Amino acid sequence: MSTITGVTAADETPTPTSGSPLGGDAAGTGRLGDRLFGGLATGAGGLVVALVTLIGVFLLWQAIPALAHNEASFLTSREWSVGGDHPRFGIVELLWTTVASSLIAMALAVPVGVGVALFITQYAPRWLSRPAASLVDLLAAVPSIVYGLWGVLTFRAAVRPVEDFLQSKLGWFPLFAKTGISGGTIFFIGIVLAIMVLPIVTALSREVFAQTPVAHKEGALALGATRWEMIRTSVLPFGRPGVISASMLALGRALGETIAVTFIVSTLSPGNPWSWSLFNGGETFASRIANNAAEFDSPQKTGAFIAAGLVLFVLTFVVNAIARIVIERRKAFTE
Amino acid sequence: MAKRIDVSDLNVYYGQFKAVEGVTMTVEPRSVTAFIGPSGCGKSTFLRTLNRMHEVIPGGRVEGKVLLDDQDLYASDVDPVAVRRTIGMVFQRPNPFPTMSIYDNVAAGLRLNGVKGRKKLDEVVEKSLRGANLWNEVKDRLNKPGAGLSGGQQQRLCIARAIAVEPQVLLMDEPCSALDPISTLAIEDLINDLKSQYTIVIVTHNMQQAARVSDRTAFFNLAATGKPGKLVEIDDTHRIFNNPSVKATEDYISGRFG
Repeated sequence: MSTITGVTAADETPTPTSGSPLGGDAAGTGRLGDRLFGGLATGAGGLVVALVTLIGVFLLWQAIPALAHNEASFLTSREWSVGGDHPRFGIVELLWTTVASSLIAMALAVPVGVGVALFITQYAPRWLSRPAASLVDLLAAVPSIVYGLWGVLTFRAAVRPVEDFLQSKLGWFPLFAKTGISGGTIFFIGIVLAIMVLPIVTALSREVFAQTPVAHKEGALALGATRWEMIRTSVLPFGRPGVISASMLALGRALGETIAVTFIVSTLSPGNPWSWSLFNGGETFASRIANNAAEFDSPQKTGAFIAAGLVLFVLTFVVNAIARIVIERRKAFTE
Repeated sequence: MAKRIDVSDLNVYYGQFKAVEGVTMTVEPRSVTAFIGPSGCGKSTFLRTLNRMHEVIPGGRVEGKVLLDDQDLYASDVDPVAVRRTIGMVFQRPNPFPTMSIYDNVAAGLRLNGVKGRKKLDEVVEKSLRGANLWNEVKDRLNKPGAGLSGGQQQRLCIARAIAVEPQVLLMDEPCSALDPISTLAIEDLINDLKSQYTIVIVTHNMQQAARVSDRTAFFNLAATGKPGKLVEIDDTHRIFNNPSVKATEDYISGRFG
């Protein structure tokens, strides 16, 4: 260390380069090890791209003929009769159930998950934070069929009074309208999904919150911030991109969750009147496909279900893209 | 608004480990007091007890008294948050809030204090940035992220952030150790300007810096690794550097150890 200039080795922090993160550099030596490892890494990267493309192509390939024969509007119809010479099917009900239940799950899981993560990293005494973190991770390891069983057999009864209350007090609002269905409502599925994705949100948020540089936290504290103000000015802004990624990962899981939803959901009979109520039953993309897996006997039928799967694929794709954009836009402010 | 600090018989602990022992000193208002001494002698630790930042570290606690004018900072009815609002701090590495703009960084302390009026904020932000000799360099990009400035500018931004809340005392923990010589000079000039209004305490590893900026200098030392650090002596800076009363101080300053 030079005591003359006041400059220490700590000053020599490398600054991030502005070039493309994918761009190679001049460090490659052309030796066998370098080429071998470089080749393997490139291959792995290429494989992922190829897989996504192939899955997309497969879905399109199978779905297009079925869509071409469809006599109902695919995007706006509720019908689903895929057998016979005049197949009529549409996804609006599946889309609504999937999106609505997942959004409910997000609305519940993200605030709670962020709260749990903040508790573990900022508030809990040290002897408690480790076991609490492990416990949350354990929750992530519970198989989804267990959630399904527990949801139907035990949790169902606990949620019913809440549903009744909301329907009686807020029934004038279309989303909470009375339906008479008591069982696997969208609302209930949303709650079970929230519990399933809670550990994802918590675990990832905890990780980023724990990485908040001490310098940022002390900067806030030295200004006379209370603990909550310190969290608001340094921990939350630092963790924001991580929380967004965590939420999107969780949303992806919620959108695609199959077993638990299939188990719980109250399938609507074809003639059932439609409503926007969250207390309606309905099926998600995944549960409809799973419920009818036995029917995949003709390319026509299979194609219809694959078309539904394609929409789910695009949906998760869009969700991820939005998350990317949100994170990118904040990038200038996160160094 | 500058206040005097009186420390008597202060012991500082990390859990069971006694890091600093028996410090008694007075820091005069409107002056610069420098803390020097070898690494690990507890000068930064001691500095952090002056605004109760020490207890942010798990296990951190103190025994003894720190008086700000006549108020004991460690009295049971004193809120550490209030102490830190009165005694500002600048850290070794510039730490502007990375998600905030330059403007928001300076306004952060005021907003914590509940100041909301745009006009008042504008006024204080300009005044503080001028006070930190940074206004001319950033006035056209107040809404750009603070993290985009150079290291020296970031450190002056942190000083602006600290003085925006008009503290009684400004603590600086090696504020130039991560900066190049030119930025260091800019900060030293700034310290000179600020001492007409603030009581300043600065920890530095750079003895030339202590000699240049401070009125009084305190020399800390420790007997051996694992032993608590102690205040060896505190005196007028020119005496410490020219005619110290303790042999160890002379040895340290002349480079015979440390």
